[in-house]
Amino acid sequence: MKDMVFDESIILLDLEADSKEAVLTAMANNLEEKGLIKASYLEAVIEREKEFATGLPTGGVSVAIPHTDVEHVIQKTISVAVLENPVEFGMMGDPDEKVNVQLVFMLAMDKSDSQLSLLQGLMQVFRDEETLKYLVSETDKKKIVDVLKNKLDFTF
Amino acid sequence: MKTVLVACGAGIATSTVVNNAIEELAKENNIKVDLKQIKISEVGAYADSADLLVTTAMTQKEYDFPVINARNFLTGIGMEDTKAQILEELKK
Repeated sequence: MKDMVFDESIILLDLEADSKEAVLTAMANNLEEKGLIKASYLEAVIEREKEFATGLPTGGVSVAIPHTDVEHVIQKTISVAVLENPVEFGMMGDPDEKVNVQLVFMLAMDKSDSQLSLLQGLMQVFRDEETLKYLVSETDKKKIVDVLKNKLDFTF
Repeated sequence: MKTVLVACGAGIATSTVVNNAIEELAKENNIKVDLKQIKISEVGAYADSADLLVTTAMTQKEYDFPVINARNFLTGIGMEDTKAQILEELKK
């Protein structure tokens, strides 16, 4: 299995987008350019987001965790985007509810059962309002990478 | 023993976290539980055997067993309430 890719190149800051589709497109295009996902990922993730929304009303800063099936992934990564202005996502588990998301973690996983510790680390970040606020205010990508590497387990 | 379905949209990301949380919850309370981590589209196949569905991908469908929304496991907000709700079903 190839190593996880997590560096400054998959962090997008001040992303300007007026819809969740625009957010997903910008993030997926970047990952595709880096050769981390297949061209089919974008359509798959947009469709999945329509059917099963991933917006989460986390404390302080709301997040979304768009993802799709492993078959669209070449090498595993988590892309992070900080949005210039909050964008409306559907709320996970409540299709009629919306949440204004400012921080997006796009998960591209290459195996369905190997990333539990990584996901648990991510959930710890979601429960930590201070860290979420820090992530949307930091302007140095290197620092964002370092903070998340410190909080997440990439060794699976 | 109760059969509990844990489902998310693609059966990849969120259900893994929820599955593990329920496993721990059951262990802490000395309850044996048969956990099945599936995609939400597969719930129908378990319609006769399941006692509970815990999911981050809420559906409009009606089932014969209770359905609990697991989003709180991801945000941490209201998680204890959701745990109590699940525990109550497991003890029935």
